[in-house]
Amino acid sequence: MPHAAGVAHDTGQALHDHAHAMGAPTSFWRKYIFSIDHKIIGIQYYFLALVAVFVGLTLSVLMRFHLVYPTAKMWDLPIWKSIFNGQQMTPEMYLTLMTMHGTIMVFFVLTTAPQGGFGNYFLPIQIGAADMAFPVLNMLSFWTTLVAFIIMMAAFWVQGGAPLAGWTAYPPLSGIGEVTGPGEGLGQSLWIASIGTFCLASLLGALNFIATTLQLRAKGMTLMRMPLTVWSWLVTAILGLLAFGVLLSGGILLLLDRHAGTSFFIPGGLVLNGQPLVDHKGGSPLLWQHLFWFFGHPEVYIAILPGMGAASQILSTFARKPIFGYRAMVYAMMAIGFLGFFVWGHHMFMSGLSPYSALAFSLMTGVIAVPSAIKTFNWLGTLWNSRIQMTCAMLFALGFVSLFVTGGISGVILAQPILDSYFHDTYFVVAHFHIIMGVAAIFGMFAGTYFWFPKMFGKMMNETVGKIHFWLTLAGTYAIFIPMHFLGVAGHPRRYSETTGVDYLKSLDGVHMFISHAAFFTAAVQLIFLGNLIYALWKGPKAPKNPWGCTTLEWVCDSPPVFDNFGGKEPEVFHGAYEYSVPGAKEDFIMQNDPQQVPEHH
Amino acid sequence: MAFLLALLIVAITAGLVWPLAAKMWWTPLLASAQGGDFDSHFLLSMVMCVIIFVPAQLALAYCVVAFRDRAGAKASYSHGNNFMEVLWTSLALVFFIGMNAKGQSMWYHQRMEAAPADSLMVEATGEQFAWNFRYPGADGKFGKTDFMKVDNSAGNPLGLDPDDPAGKDDIVTTTLVVPVNKPLEVILHSKDVTHNFFVREMRIKQDAVPGMDLRIHFTPSVLSKDLPPHPDGTKGEYEIACSELCGLGHYKMRAFMQVVTQEEYEKFLKEHAR
Repeated sequence: MPHAAGVAHDTGQALHDHAHAMGAPTSFWRKYIFSIDHKIIGIQYYFLALVAVFVGLTLSVLMRFHLVYPTAKMWDLPIWKSIFNGQQMTPEMYLTLMTMHGTIMVFFVLTTAPQGGFGNYFLPIQIGAADMAFPVLNMLSFWTTLVAFIIMMAAFWVQGGAPLAGWTAYPPLSGIGEVTGPGEGLGQSLWIASIGTFCLASLLGALNFIATTLQLRAKGMTLMRMPLTVWSWLVTAILGLLAFGVLLSGGILLLLDRHAGTSFFIPGGLVLNGQPLVDHKGGSPLLWQHLFWFFGHPEVYIAILPGMGAASQILSTFARKPIFGYRAMVYAMMAIGFLGFFVWGHHMFMSGLSPYSALAFSLMTGVIAVPSAIKTFNWLGTLWNSRIQMTCAMLFALGFVSLFVTGGISGVILAQPILDSYFHDTYFVVAHFHIIMGVAAIFGMFAGTYFWFPKMFGKMMNETVGKIHFWLTLAGTYAIFIPMHFLGVAGHPRRYSETTGVDYLKSLDGVHMFISHAAFFTAAVQLIFLGNLIYALWKGPKAPKNPWGCTTLEWVCDSPPVFDNFGGKEPEVFHGAYEYSVPGAKEDFIMQNDPQQVPEHH
Repeated sequence: MAFLLALLIVAITAGLVWPLAAKMWWTPLLASAQGGDFDSHFLLSMVMCVIIFVPAQLALAYCVVAFRDRAGAKASYSHGNNFMEVLWTSLALVFFIGMNAKGQSMWYHQRMEAAPADSLMVEATGEQFAWNFRYPGADGKFGKTDFMKVDNSAGNPLGLDPDDPAGKDDIVTTTLVVPVNKPLEVILHSKDVTHNFFVREMRIKQDAVPGMDLRIHFTPSVLSKDLPPHPDGTKGEYEIACSELCGLGHYKMRAFMQVVTQEEYEKFLKEHAR
């Protein structure tokens, strides 16, 4: 699709801007490694998440393998031997893989790519800014995140190995030391140190995102003209600012319990392995759960909100139609962000929380379903009477909507304490959060990748290969997670290394076999994506400025944009982000910096 | 491509709804008096969810096909419709709050009303990776325990204080044996980390948290011997399956629960009396 005529930057102008990309660093180190350019930092976050997602994926494949072939010997690989003793996978190895899979996926993928990656790259450009408000702080956020990832990975190779207490790390299991299980020694301490470091990085990042959005918007870019992606990154940053601090404090207290003899989370009177534990008393295991989930529930929205933003942006672009109910979408995101801080107790219905609190948390959870439903209705409204172009980005955005509905609806079941008295900690929960927080969020990232790759790298990804990736991934992920609901309905507890310990699980082995093979297949399919990405980086055809005919400001820039994005010229914004198929317009989209008139609307 | 995507969405929708709707896949045998509440509310909730889930997925599939990019197709220029926004917001609010309110009253009856006065009381204490059950004995009182006196090898896994007369007749077992149709109150304790007491047929689940005294009550209504056998022909039994990650043996932290007649229960007490 040709680039819109009449916008501020034609080709000649772009060349001129190149010459004026002010203050651009020239040395390799300052340009690509210790860069303060938000675009390079965004790419660094993206590639960190890409490494992390393949680590996390490999761990899950090993878990699914162990579940169905518990006695099989593992490969005689040096890396395996450096982590685990012996080729036979043990139940505790499974729990280690599970803990690290969950942690790496939640923190270093779901939090890192959508916000740190895409948010960093596109938030400043979409509001017409030259960079983040605090570029050096931005660089520090990335490097701190990388340090956190290295500390986390190091846990695999220390004495006793990585922890087995799950990504939720409930004390006393996580709070006492090796006596509660292998990996609960140095491995668990490194885990806490890594999460604390990650929290610090995320707090710095959140401050930067908020300041940038509020301070650096270009002339004419009112709040209600911002793309929904920008709104989603802003709300996510506010959630991060309020949530990560609490997890950081919780982590510090847990470290003190482990190493300084305090008892924030450890009650008295414990007997471990037959030995009384005399040096702790007076703590509360539930206190950790409150602190953890006060972070943990907003974290779910931190993972999914940017996906919602990207899906909105992409659906509108390829439906060639304005987003349905822009204001409702903005208010729904604000409501999700606000209510997200009042529902953490729904993770604790069976934890010993007062049954009265359960009533309140359940009610609030029912309320938070409303803005989620509003978003779904508005996406469908956007598609109605549209003209859908089936690009890879659009396919993944449509897949996101389907997954969001599927994963959201099982939340309605789990939000009710009476139903949780059966489903809590079963595979039903695993199915629910993987679909909504895992797969839907990852579909948001895939959609974002296919959509923004041309802008980020100046090359086009292969659409045909991308579509094959989409079909196999959508079918594959549903094949993995639909049967998990059935395991939950049968009462199958989660976090079981084997199905040999409880008799009634025997009859479910066939379901596990199906899920595991679907998982092997779906994991292998992701190599198609990786291949497409690497090939496009290497040999992809050159990307035009605006390949999708999209309205937002990043498509005004070159692909990729120059150092200061707009070549020293701040763009001026004349209308909202979703002016598609405007009657009487020259093309079927009007860019935000295009001065031509659009009809009045509310 | 639009048709293929629509077809896939329809197939996924059917794949999720059909096994549940046709009850090809459902919860196991119900074996407690209060568990019927769970079953009926789960069924109602599933029906309500299907009422949202199926039309939403089908609408997506319809849009994909009906509004695909064709020659002459034109997207309408519309920024939304406030009436529709108000309508679906109100509907969602009524729907989610309504369903929630219905479930709340059941939760209230199960968890906030005290156990009936004539309930049998049993203490269940979890440890990595086993359960011990304690009956108060003939005096109806649990004796004092002291964690410093815990000694598994000497047969005192709960640290019963030998000097407390109330504890002299306490019975400690590793299998939970209870009479049928009698209200049961289980007092949950843990010696080390957090565990969870879950009996799927009873529709009951509660964490056992160290340092806390958590109680649940329910009335078992089906004798163990009436349980259907496993598909492989082995005897069906009530299993208490740990449902809170407790360490490397979590997957095998299982105890059996036997529901017996009153006579059998009395015989069990006599056999174990101290």
